[in-house]
Amino acid sequence: MTTLIVNGERRSIEASPDTPLLYVLRDELGLNGAKYGCGLGQCGACTVIVDGKAVFSCVTPVMVLEGRTVTTLEGIGSQDALGPMQRAFITEQAAQCGYCISGMMMRAHALLSRDPHATDESIRAELQPHLCRCGTHMRILRAIRRAAEEMRPKTADARTER
Amino acid sequence: MPTPFGTIYSTNITPDPETGIGRWSEQAFIRALRSGVDREGRHLYPAFPYDHFTRVSDDDAKALYAFFMSIDPVKSSAPPNELPFPLNVRLTLAGWKLLFLRQARFVADPSKDERWNRGKYLVEGLGHCGACHSPRNLLGAEKTSAGFAGGEAEGWRAYALGRSSRSPVAWDEAALADYLARGWHALHGTAQGPMANVANNLSQVDPADVRAMAHYLVSLGKGEGRNDVERTRSGPGRLPQAGGAQAATPSIPSEPGGAIYATVCASCHDADRPLPLGGSRLDLSTAVMDEVPTNLVNLVVRGIPAASGASARPIMPGFGDVLDDRQISDLANYLRTRFAGKRQWDGFAKAVAKARGGR
Ligand code: FES
Ligand code: FES
Repeated sequence: MTTLIVNGERRSIEASPDTPLLYVLRDELGLNGAKYGCGLGQCGACTVIVDGKAVFSCVTPVMVLEGRTVTTLEGIGSQDALGPMQRAFITEQAAQCGYCISGMMMRAHALLSRDPHATDESIRAELQPHLCRCGTHMRILRAIRRAAEEMRPKTADARTER
Repeated sequence: MPTPFGTIYSTNITPDPETGIGRWSEQAFIRALRSGVDREGRHLYPAFPYDHFTRVSDDDAKALYAFFMSIDPVKSSAPPNELPFPLNVRLTLAGWKLLFLRQARFVADPSKDERWNRGKYLVEGLGHCGACHSPRNLLGAEKTSAGFAGGEAEGWRAYALGRSSRSPVAWDEAALADYLARGWHALHGTAQGPMANVANNLSQVDPADVRAMAHYLVSLGKGEGRNDVERTRSGPGRLPQAGGAQAATPSIPSEPGGAIYATVCASCHDADRPLPLGGSRLDLSTAVMDEVPTNLVNLVVRGIPAASGASARPIMPGFGDVLDDRQISDLANYLRTRFAGKRQWDGFAKAVAKARGGR
Protein backbone atom coordinates (compact mmCIF):
# COMPACT_ATOMS: atom_id res chain seq x y z
CA MET A 1 0.00 0.00 0.00
CA THR A 2 1.21 3.49 -0.85
CA THR A 3 0.93 6.44 1.50
CA LEU A 4 0.60 9.97 0.15
CA ILE A 5 0.01 13.36 1.74
CA VAL A 6 -2.79 14.76 -0.40
CA ASN A 7 -3.79 18.38 0.18
CA GLY A 8 -2.33 18.19 3.66
CA GLU A 9 -3.97 14.91 4.67
CA ARG A 10 -2.23 11.54 5.00
CA ARG A 11 -3.98 9.02 2.72
CA SER A 12 -3.42 5.29 2.36
CA ILE A 13 -3.95 4.28 -1.24
CA GLU A 14 -5.77 1.03 -2.01
CA ALA A 15 -5.05 0.97 -5.74
CA SER A 16 -2.19 -1.18 -6.98
CA PRO A 17 1.18 0.59 -7.02
CA ASP A 18 1.35 0.84 -10.81
CA THR A 19 -1.84 2.96 -10.93
CA PRO A 20 -1.25 6.46 -12.28
CA LEU A 21 -1.76 9.16 -9.67
CA LEU A 22 -4.49 10.71 -11.83
CA TYR A 23 -6.74 7.66 -11.49
CA VAL A 24 -6.11 7.47 -7.77
CA LEU A 25 -7.04 11.12 -7.31
CA ARG A 26 -10.22 10.92 -9.37
CA ASP A 27 -11.47 7.39 -8.71
CA GLU A 28 -10.28 6.61 -5.23
CA LEU A 29 -10.09 10.01 -3.55
CA GLY A 30 -12.88 11.73 -5.45
CA LEU A 31 -10.72 14.71 -6.37
CA ASN A 32 -11.86 15.57 -9.88
CA GLY A 33 -9.90 18.78 -10.45
CA ALA A 34 -7.18 17.07 -12.49
CA LYS A 35 -8.42 15.98 -15.92
CA TYR A 36 -7.56 13.12 -18.26
CA GLY A 37 -6.51 14.55 -21.62
CA CYS A 38 -4.00 12.36 -23.39
CA GLY A 39 -2.65 9.96 -20.79
CA LEU A 40 0.78 10.40 -22.34
CA GLY A 41 2.25 13.42 -20.58
CA GLN A 42 1.72 15.57 -23.64
CA CYS A 43 -1.17 17.93 -22.87
CA GLY A 44 -0.93 19.07 -19.25
CA ALA A 45 -4.61 18.61 -18.31
CA CYS A 46 -3.73 16.25 -15.46
CA THR A 47 -1.06 18.45 -13.84
CA VAL A 48 -0.82 18.47 -10.05
CA ILE A 49 1.92 19.62 -7.68
CA VAL A 50 4.25 17.07 -6.06
CA ASP A 51 6.66 18.47 -3.47
CA GLY A 52 6.34 21.92 -4.99
CA LYS A 53 6.89 20.83 -8.60
CA ALA A 54 4.28 20.54 -11.35
CA VAL A 55 4.03 16.98 -12.65
CA PHE A 56 1.80 15.09 -15.08
CA SER A 57 -0.27 12.81 -12.85
CA CYS A 58 -1.29 10.60 -15.80
CA VAL A 59 2.23 9.22 -16.26
CA THR A 60 3.18 9.10 -12.58
CA PRO A 61 2.47 5.77 -10.89
CA VAL A 62 1.80 6.16 -7.16
CA MET A 63 4.54 3.64 -6.50
CA VAL A 64 7.27 6.22 -7.07
CA LEU A 65 5.60 8.80 -4.79
CA GLU A 66 5.69 6.95 -1.47
CA GLY A 67 5.37 9.46 1.38
CA ARG A 68 5.40 12.51 -0.84
CA THR A 69 3.20 15.61 -0.81
CA VAL A 70 0.57 16.06 -3.50
CA THR A 71 -1.44 19.25 -4.04
CA THR A 72 -4.40 19.31 -6.40
CA LEU A 73 -6.72 22.06 -7.56
CA GLU A 74 -8.85 21.33 -4.50
CA GLY A 75 -5.83 22.09 -2.34
CA ILE A 76 -5.27 25.66 -3.53
CA GLY A 77 -8.75 26.91 -2.63
CA SER A 78 -12.39 25.84 -2.53
CA GLN A 79 -15.64 27.16 -3.90
CA ASP A 80 -16.31 28.96 -0.61
CA ALA A 81 -12.77 30.13 -0.11
CA LEU A 82 -11.16 30.65 -3.51
CA GLY A 83 -7.38 30.82 -3.74
CA PRO A 84 -5.71 33.75 -5.52
CA MET A 85 -5.09 31.72 -8.67
CA GLN A 86 -8.72 30.63 -8.91
CA ARG A 87 -9.99 34.15 -8.19
CA ALA A 88 -7.80 35.55 -10.94
CA PHE A 89 -8.99 32.97 -13.50
CA ILE A 90 -12.62 33.81 -12.70
CA THR A 91 -12.05 37.56 -12.81
CA GLU A 92 -10.34 37.29 -16.19
CA GLN A 93 -12.92 34.74 -17.41
CA ALA A 94 -10.00 32.66 -18.63
CA ALA A 95 -11.90 29.40 -19.10
CA GLN A 96 -13.73 28.54 -22.29
CA CYS A 97 -14.58 24.84 -21.95
CA GLY A 98 -12.30 24.71 -18.92
CA TYR A 99 -10.77 21.33 -19.57
CA CYS A 100 -7.18 22.54 -19.63
CA ILE A 101 -7.60 25.15 -16.90
CA SER A 102 -6.97 23.07 -13.80
CA GLY A 103 -3.62 21.95 -15.18
CA MET A 104 -2.72 25.47 -16.23
CA MET A 105 -3.53 26.78 -12.75
CA MET A 106 -1.50 24.10 -11.03
CA ARG A 107 1.65 24.71 -13.04
CA ALA A 108 1.26 28.48 -12.72
CA HIS A 109 0.76 28.04 -8.98
CA ALA A 110 3.95 26.00 -8.67
CA LEU A 111 5.86 28.60 -10.67
CA LEU A 112 4.60 31.60 -8.70
CA SER A 113 5.14 29.85 -5.38
CA ARG A 114 8.83 29.53 -6.13
CA ASP A 115 9.14 32.80 -8.06
CA PRO A 116 6.39 35.36 -7.39
CA HIS A 117 8.20 37.78 -9.68
CA ALA A 118 8.22 35.45 -12.70
CA THR A 119 8.46 37.42 -15.92
CA ASP A 120 6.02 37.08 -18.77
CA GLU A 121 8.69 35.24 -20.69
CA SER A 122 9.21 32.65 -17.97
CA ILE A 123 5.46 32.19 -17.52
CA ARG A 124 5.12 31.46 -21.22
CA ALA A 125 8.09 29.10 -21.22
CA GLU A 126 6.85 27.28 -18.13
CA LEU A 127 3.37 26.72 -19.56
CA GLN A 128 4.70 25.51 -22.89
CA PRO A 129 3.79 21.85 -22.16
CA HIS A 130 0.10 22.77 -21.72
CA LEU A 131 -2.33 22.62 -24.60
CA CYS A 132 -5.58 24.59 -24.80
CA ARG A 133 -7.73 23.65 -27.72
CA CYS A 134 -10.15 26.53 -27.10
CA GLY A 135 -7.41 29.10 -27.58
CA THR A 136 -7.90 31.24 -24.49
CA HIS A 137 -4.15 31.63 -24.07
CA MET A 138 -4.15 35.42 -23.78
CA ARG A 139 -6.73 35.36 -21.00
CA ILE A 140 -4.86 32.60 -19.23
CA LEU A 141 -1.73 34.75 -19.30
CA ARG A 142 -3.65 37.73 -17.96
CA ALA A 143 -5.11 35.63 -15.16
CA ILE A 144 -1.67 34.35 -14.16
CA ARG A 145 -0.27 37.89 -14.12
CA ARG A 146 -3.19 38.97 -11.94
CA ALA A 147 -2.65 36.06 -9.56
CA ALA A 148 1.04 36.92 -9.39
CA GLU A 149 0.23 40.41 -8.15
CA GLU A 150 -1.89 38.97 -5.39
CA MET A 151 0.58 36.25 -4.46
CA ARG A 152 3.60 38.56 -4.20
CA PRO A 153 4.65 39.11 -0.58
CA LYS A 154 2.81 42.24 0.55
CA THR A 155 5.68 43.57 2.66
CA ALA A 156 7.83 44.03 -0.42
CA ASP A 157 5.07 45.97 -2.20
CA ALA A 158 4.43 48.13 0.85
CA ARG A 159 8.09 49.01 0.96
CA THR A 160 8.15 50.21 -2.62
CA GLU A 161 4.99 52.23 -2.09
CA ARG A 162 6.36 54.09 0.88
CA MET B 1 27.81 29.51 -25.29
CA PRO B 2 29.01 27.54 -22.27
CA THR B 3 32.53 26.11 -22.79
CA PRO B 4 34.84 24.27 -20.39
CA PHE B 5 36.82 27.53 -20.17
CA GLY B 6 34.00 29.94 -19.43
CA THR B 7 31.04 31.54 -21.15
CA ILE B 8 31.44 33.09 -24.57
CA TYR B 9 28.76 35.33 -26.02
CA SER B 10 28.20 35.20 -29.76
CA THR B 11 28.21 38.64 -31.32
CA ASN B 12 25.77 40.50 -33.51
CA ILE B 13 26.17 39.50 -37.18
CA THR B 14 23.32 41.56 -38.56
CA PRO B 15 24.39 44.49 -40.77
CA ASP B 16 23.88 47.09 -38.01
CA PRO B 17 26.75 49.59 -38.47
CA GLU B 18 27.40 50.25 -34.75
CA THR B 19 26.80 46.92 -33.03
CA GLY B 20 26.84 44.47 -35.94
CA ILE B 21 28.91 43.92 -39.07
CA GLY B 22 27.33 46.70 -41.17
CA ARG B 23 30.68 48.41 -41.75
CA TRP B 24 32.56 45.23 -42.60
CA SER B 25 33.84 44.79 -46.14
CA GLU B 26 33.49 41.46 -47.86
CA GLN B 27 37.20 40.98 -47.36
CA ALA B 28 36.96 41.61 -43.62
CA PHE B 29 34.07 39.17 -43.35
CA ILE B 30 35.92 36.43 -45.20
CA ARG B 31 39.04 37.01 -43.09
CA ALA B 32 36.97 36.58 -39.91
CA LEU B 33 35.36 33.45 -41.31
CA ARG B 34 38.59 31.76 -42.30
CA SER B 35 41.26 33.23 -40.06
CA GLY B 36 39.36 34.16 -36.91
CA VAL B 37 40.33 37.84 -36.95
CA ASP B 38 37.69 40.54 -36.65
CA ARG B 39 37.50 43.81 -38.60
CA GLU B 40 39.57 45.61 -35.95
CA GLY B 41 42.23 42.92 -36.13
CA ARG B 42 41.42 41.19 -32.83
CA HIS B 43 41.65 37.42 -32.59
CA LEU B 44 38.32 35.61 -32.24
CA TYR B 45 37.74 32.73 -29.86
CA PRO B 46 37.58 29.35 -31.59
CA ALA B 47 34.05 28.87 -30.21
CA PHE B 48 33.45 30.47 -33.59
CA PRO B 49 34.63 27.49 -35.66
CA TYR B 50 37.01 29.22 -38.07
CA ASP B 51 39.16 26.11 -37.86
CA HIS B 52 36.36 24.58 -39.97
CA PHE B 53 35.23 27.61 -41.93
CA THR B 54 38.75 27.99 -43.28
CA ARG B 55 37.82 25.18 -45.70
CA VAL B 56 34.87 27.09 -47.15
CA SER B 57 35.15 28.00 -50.84
CA ASP B 58 35.37 31.59 -52.11
CA ASP B 59 31.94 31.36 -53.70
CA ASP B 60 30.26 30.13 -50.53
CA ALA B 61 32.05 32.71 -48.37
CA LYS B 62 30.90 35.50 -50.68
CA ALA B 63 27.36 34.14 -50.76
CA LEU B 64 27.29 34.14 -46.96
CA TYR B 65 28.45 37.76 -46.87
CA ALA B 66 25.79 38.76 -49.41
CA PHE B 67 23.14 36.99 -47.33
CA PHE B 68 24.14 38.54 -44.00
CA MET B 69 24.17 41.99 -45.57
CA SER B 70 20.63 41.44 -46.84
CA ILE B 71 18.99 40.74 -43.49
CA ASP B 72 17.44 43.42 -41.27
CA PRO B 73 19.96 45.15 -39.02
CA VAL B 74 19.36 44.80 -35.28
CA LYS B 75 20.95 47.08 -32.72
CA SER B 76 22.21 44.87 -29.92
CA SER B 77 25.54 44.20 -28.26
CA ALA B 78 26.58 40.91 -26.69
CA PRO B 79 27.58 40.99 -23.02
CA PRO B 80 31.31 40.65 -22.33
CA ASN B 81 32.69 37.11 -22.27
CA GLU B 82 33.20 35.46 -18.91
CA LEU B 83 36.68 34.00 -19.16
CA PRO B 84 39.47 33.79 -16.58
CA PHE B 85 42.95 35.22 -17.06
CA PRO B 86 44.91 34.61 -19.29
CA LEU B 87 42.18 33.39 -21.62
CA ASN B 88 40.50 36.79 -21.49
CA VAL B 89 43.56 38.24 -23.22
CA ARG B 90 42.91 37.77 -26.89
CA LEU B 91 46.60 37.71 -27.76
CA THR B 92 46.71 34.25 -26.13
CA LEU B 93 44.73 33.12 -29.14
CA ALA B 94 47.61 33.88 -31.47
CA GLY B 95 49.50 31.07 -29.76
CA TRP B 96 46.50 28.78 -29.97
CA LYS B 97 46.17 29.41 -33.67
CA LEU B 98 49.86 28.84 -34.23
CA LEU B 99 49.44 25.42 -32.63
CA PHE B 100 46.08 24.33 -33.97
CA LEU B 101 44.78 26.40 -36.88
CA ARG B 102 45.66 24.95 -40.27
CA GLN B 103 44.40 27.45 -42.79
CA ALA B 104 43.56 25.74 -46.06
CA ARG B 105 40.69 25.58 -48.49
CA PHE B 106 39.03 22.24 -49.10
CA VAL B 107 40.74 20.00 -51.62
CA ALA B 108 38.76 17.17 -53.20
CA ASP B 109 40.11 13.64 -53.01
CA PRO B 110 40.26 12.43 -56.65
CA SER B 111 40.09 8.80 -55.58
CA LYS B 112 36.56 9.33 -54.23
CA ASP B 113 33.34 10.12 -56.04
CA GLU B 114 31.81 13.55 -56.33
CA ARG B 115 29.11 12.98 -53.72
CA TRP B 116 31.62 11.83 -51.13
CA ASN B 117 33.69 14.95 -51.75
CA ARG B 118 30.63 17.19 -51.61
CA GLY B 119 29.68 15.56 -48.31
CA LYS B 120 33.16 15.98 -46.90
CA TYR B 121 33.27 19.63 -47.93
CA LEU B 122 29.98 20.35 -46.14
CA VAL B 123 30.72 18.25 -43.04
CA GLU B 124 34.21 19.61 -42.45
CA GLY B 125 33.52 23.18 -43.49
CA LEU B 126 30.17 24.88 -43.00
CA GLY B 127 28.65 21.92 -41.18
CA HIS B 128 31.57 21.82 -38.69
CA CYS B 129 30.23 18.52 -37.30
CA GLY B 130 33.58 17.73 -35.71
CA ALA B 131 33.33 20.81 -33.48
CA CYS B 132 31.03 18.76 -31.25
CA HIS B 133 31.55 15.18 -32.42
CA SER B 134 35.35 15.11 -32.05
CA PRO B 135 37.10 14.97 -28.69
CA ARG B 136 39.12 18.04 -27.71
CA ASN B 137 42.51 18.30 -26.02
CA LEU B 138 43.25 20.25 -22.85
CA LEU B 139 43.60 23.46 -24.82
CA GLY B 140 40.21 22.99 -26.42
CA ALA B 141 41.45 22.03 -29.88
CA GLU B 142 39.99 19.07 -31.71
CA LYS B 143 42.15 15.96 -31.59
CA THR B 144 42.59 15.44 -35.30
CA SER B 145 43.83 11.89 -34.75
CA ALA B 146 40.49 10.98 -33.17
CA GLY B 147 38.19 12.84 -35.54
CA PHE B 148 34.48 12.09 -35.03
CA ALA B 149 35.24 9.69 -32.17
CA GLY B 150 32.67 11.46 -29.96
CA GLY B 151 32.77 14.73 -28.05
CA GLU B 152 30.67 17.01 -25.94
CA ALA B 153 28.46 20.05 -26.46
CA GLU B 154 26.54 22.20 -24.01
CA GLY B 155 26.12 19.49 -21.42
CA TRP B 156 25.26 16.81 -23.98
CA ARG B 157 27.33 14.03 -25.40
CA ALA B 158 27.91 14.22 -29.17
CA TYR B 159 28.21 10.56 -30.16
CA ALA B 160 30.92 8.91 -32.22
CA LEU B 161 29.94 8.96 -35.89
CA GLY B 162 30.18 6.55 -38.78
CA ARG B 163 31.38 3.04 -38.08
CA SER B 164 32.57 3.96 -34.60
CA SER B 165 28.99 4.66 -33.55
CA ARG B 166 27.68 2.66 -30.62
CA SER B 167 24.21 2.48 -32.09
CA PRO B 168 23.05 -1.14 -31.87
CA VAL B 169 21.94 -0.89 -35.50
CA ALA B 170 24.70 0.39 -37.80
CA TRP B 171 23.89 3.67 -39.50
CA ASP B 172 23.45 3.61 -43.24
CA GLU B 173 23.24 6.53 -45.61
CA ALA B 174 19.46 6.56 -45.99
CA ALA B 175 18.84 6.36 -42.24
CA LEU B 176 21.32 9.13 -41.48
CA ALA B 177 20.02 11.45 -44.20
CA ASP B 178 16.52 10.92 -42.84
CA TYR B 179 17.62 11.56 -39.26
CA LEU B 180 19.51 14.71 -40.17
CA ALA B 181 16.58 16.20 -42.05
CA ARG B 182 13.78 15.15 -39.67
CA GLY B 183 15.51 15.01 -36.31
CA TRP B 184 14.58 11.39 -35.61
CA HIS B 185 14.74 7.90 -37.02
CA ALA B 186 12.78 4.87 -35.89
CA LEU B 187 15.90 2.73 -35.43
CA HIS B 188 18.04 5.45 -33.88
CA GLY B 189 15.86 7.75 -31.80
CA THR B 190 15.56 11.51 -31.57
CA ALA B 191 18.00 14.40 -31.90
CA GLN B 192 18.31 16.28 -28.65
CA GLY B 193 20.03 19.24 -27.05
CA PRO B 194 22.04 21.23 -29.59
CA MET B 195 21.51 18.50 -32.22
CA ALA B 196 17.77 19.27 -32.25
CA ASN B 197 18.60 22.72 -33.61
CA VAL B 198 21.03 21.27 -36.12
CA ALA B 199 18.27 19.02 -37.46
CA ASN B 200 15.87 21.97 -37.57
CA ASN B 201 18.35 23.81 -39.75
CA LEU B 202 19.15 20.82 -41.93
CA SER B 203 15.45 20.31 -42.63
CA GLN B 204 15.75 23.44 -44.78
CA VAL B 205 18.91 22.42 -46.60
CA ASP B 206 18.80 20.94 -50.12
CA PRO B 207 18.08 17.20 -49.58
CA ALA B 208 20.84 16.32 -52.05
CA ASP B 209 23.36 18.09 -49.80
CA VAL B 210 22.05 16.38 -46.66
CA ARG B 211 22.31 13.07 -48.45
CA ALA B 212 25.90 13.81 -49.49
CA MET B 213 26.76 14.60 -45.86
CA ALA B 214 25.23 11.30 -44.77
CA HIS B 215 27.11 9.49 -47.54
CA TYR B 216 30.42 10.88 -46.28
CA LEU B 217 29.67 10.45 -42.58
CA VAL B 218 28.72 6.77 -42.73
CA SER B 219 32.02 6.05 -44.49
CA LEU B 220 33.99 7.29 -41.48
CA GLY B 221 35.51 5.46 -38.58
CA LYS B 222 36.89 2.05 -37.98
CA GLY B 223 35.14 -1.26 -37.70
CA GLU B 224 31.97 -2.50 -39.30
CA GLY B 225 29.52 -0.77 -37.00
CA ARG B 226 27.18 -2.78 -34.84
CA ASN B 227 24.17 -4.71 -35.96
CA ASP B 228 23.31 -6.84 -33.00
CA VAL B 229 19.55 -6.54 -32.57
CA GLU B 230 16.48 -7.44 -34.54
CA ARG B 231 15.43 -4.49 -36.60
CA THR B 232 11.74 -5.16 -36.53
CA ARG B 233 9.56 -6.72 -33.95
CA SER B 234 7.11 -9.23 -35.25
CA GLY B 235 3.38 -9.02 -34.70
CA PRO B 236 1.36 -6.20 -33.24
CA GLY B 237 2.26 -4.48 -29.95
CA ARG B 238 3.51 -6.99 -27.44
CA LEU B 239 1.49 -5.38 -24.70
CA PRO B 240 -2.26 -4.85 -24.75
CA GLN B 241 -3.15 -1.21 -25.22
CA ALA B 242 -5.88 0.77 -23.53
CA GLY B 243 -7.70 3.41 -25.48
CA GLY B 244 -5.22 3.07 -28.33
CA ALA B 245 -2.66 5.03 -26.37
CA GLN B 246 -1.13 3.53 -23.27
CA ALA B 247 -0.03 -0.04 -22.95
CA ALA B 248 -1.00 -1.91 -19.82
CA THR B 249 1.72 -2.25 -17.21
CA PRO B 250 3.66 -5.48 -17.56
CA SER B 251 4.05 -7.52 -14.39
CA ILE B 252 6.13 -5.55 -11.92
CA PRO B 253 9.57 -7.00 -11.21
CA SER B 254 10.77 -6.93 -7.62
CA GLU B 255 14.00 -5.15 -8.52
CA PRO B 256 13.51 -1.40 -7.93
CA GLY B 257 14.78 -0.19 -11.33
CA GLY B 258 12.73 -2.79 -13.18
CA ALA B 259 9.64 -1.78 -11.23
CA ILE B 260 10.15 1.86 -12.20
CA TYR B 261 10.61 0.89 -15.83
CA ALA B 262 7.44 -1.23 -15.81
CA THR B 263 5.25 1.40 -14.17
CA VAL B 264 6.70 4.66 -15.52
CA CYS B 265 8.29 3.91 -18.90
CA ALA B 266 6.76 0.77 -20.40
CA SER B 267 3.36 2.26 -21.22
CA CYS B 268 5.06 4.20 -24.03
CA HIS B 269 8.37 2.44 -24.61
CA ASP B 270 6.86 -1.02 -24.83
CA ALA B 271 3.67 -0.02 -26.59
CA ASP B 272 5.12 -0.54 -30.06
CA ARG B 273 3.41 2.54 -31.37
CA PRO B 274 5.78 3.63 -34.13
CA LEU B 275 7.76 6.88 -33.83
CA PRO B 276 7.02 9.77 -33.76
CA LEU B 277 3.92 8.82 -31.76
CA GLY B 278 5.36 6.12 -29.56
CA GLY B 279 8.41 5.81 -27.35
CA SER B 280 11.82 4.98 -28.83
CA ARG B 281 12.97 1.40 -28.56
CA LEU B 282 15.38 1.42 -25.67
CA ASP B 283 17.07 -1.75 -26.89
CA LEU B 284 18.21 0.41 -29.82
CA SER B 285 19.21 3.41 -27.72
CA THR B 286 22.70 4.81 -28.21
CA ALA B 287 22.26 6.69 -24.92
CA VAL B 288 22.03 3.40 -23.02
CA MET B 289 25.07 1.96 -24.85
CA ASP B 290 27.27 5.04 -24.44
CA GLU B 291 30.43 5.21 -22.30
CA VAL B 292 28.96 8.03 -20.23
CA PRO B 293 25.45 8.41 -18.81
CA THR B 294 25.11 12.09 -19.80
CA ASN B 295 22.43 11.84 -22.45
CA LEU B 296 20.35 9.18 -20.75
CA VAL B 297 20.24 11.22 -17.56
CA ASN B 298 19.42 14.45 -19.42
CA LEU B 299 16.57 12.62 -21.12
CA VAL B 300 15.08 11.10 -18.01
CA VAL B 301 15.33 14.38 -16.08
CA ARG B 302 14.24 16.85 -18.75
CA GLY B 303 12.43 14.78 -21.35
CA ILE B 304 12.25 15.82 -24.96
CA PRO B 305 10.45 19.12 -25.45
CA ALA B 306 8.35 19.65 -28.55
CA ALA B 307 10.50 21.15 -31.31
CA SER B 308 9.09 24.50 -32.32
CA GLY B 309 7.82 24.74 -35.86
CA ALA B 310 9.12 21.33 -36.84
CA SER B 311 6.98 18.58 -38.28
CA ALA B 312 5.96 15.73 -36.00
CA ARG B 313 8.86 14.66 -33.81
CA PRO B 314 8.80 12.40 -30.80
CA ILE B 315 8.37 14.18 -27.48
CA MET B 316 8.74 12.88 -23.96
CA PRO B 317 7.79 14.32 -20.59
CA GLY B 318 10.70 14.83 -18.19
CA PHE B 319 10.67 12.84 -14.96
CA GLY B 320 13.18 14.88 -12.96
CA ASP B 321 10.42 16.26 -10.72
CA VAL B 322 8.82 12.84 -10.22
CA LEU B 323 11.80 10.58 -9.63
CA ASP B 324 14.40 11.28 -6.96
CA ASP B 325 18.13 10.72 -7.50
CA ARG B 326 17.98 7.20 -6.12
CA GLN B 327 15.09 6.23 -8.38
CA ILE B 328 16.84 7.66 -11.46
CA SER B 329 19.95 5.68 -10.62
CA ASP B 330 17.97 2.46 -10.12
CA LEU B 331 16.21 2.98 -13.43
CA ALA B 332 19.42 3.68 -15.35
CA ASN B 333 21.09 0.68 -13.78
CA TYR B 334 18.21 -1.50 -14.92
CA LEU B 335 18.25 -0.16 -18.49
CA ARG B 336 22.01 -0.48 -18.69
CA THR B 337 22.01 -4.06 -17.48
CA ARG B 338 19.06 -5.17 -19.55
CA PHE B 339 19.88 -3.54 -22.87
CA ALA B 340 23.63 -3.02 -22.84
CA GLY B 341 24.58 -6.00 -20.69
CA LYS B 342 26.85 -3.72 -18.67
CA ARG B 343 27.12 -2.42 -15.13
CA GLN B 344 25.95 0.99 -13.97
CA TRP B 345 28.20 3.85 -15.10
CA ASP B 346 30.77 5.26 -12.70
CA GLY B 347 30.11 8.81 -11.59
CA PHE B 348 26.38 8.46 -12.11
CA ALA B 349 25.35 10.68 -9.20
CA LYS B 350 27.43 13.52 -10.62
CA ALA B 351 25.68 13.26 -13.96
CA VAL B 352 22.29 13.51 -12.25
CA ALA B 353 23.34 16.59 -10.28
CA LYS B 354 24.59 18.19 -13.49
CA ALA B 355 21.39 17.45 -15.39
CA ARG B 356 19.28 18.88 -12.57
CA GLY B 357 21.43 21.98 -12.25
CA GLY B 358 21.61 22.62 -15.96
CA ARG B 359 17.94 23.33 -16.41
S1 FES C 1 -3.50 13.75 -19.47
FE1 FES C 1 -1.62 13.93 -18.50
S2 FES C 1 -0.52 15.18 -19.83
FE2 FES C 1 -2.34 14.83 -20.95
S1 FES D 1 -10.37 26.28 -22.19
FE1 FES D 1 -10.96 24.63 -23.40
S2 FES D 1 -9.09 23.57 -23.64
FE2 FES D 1 -8.48 25.35 -22.68
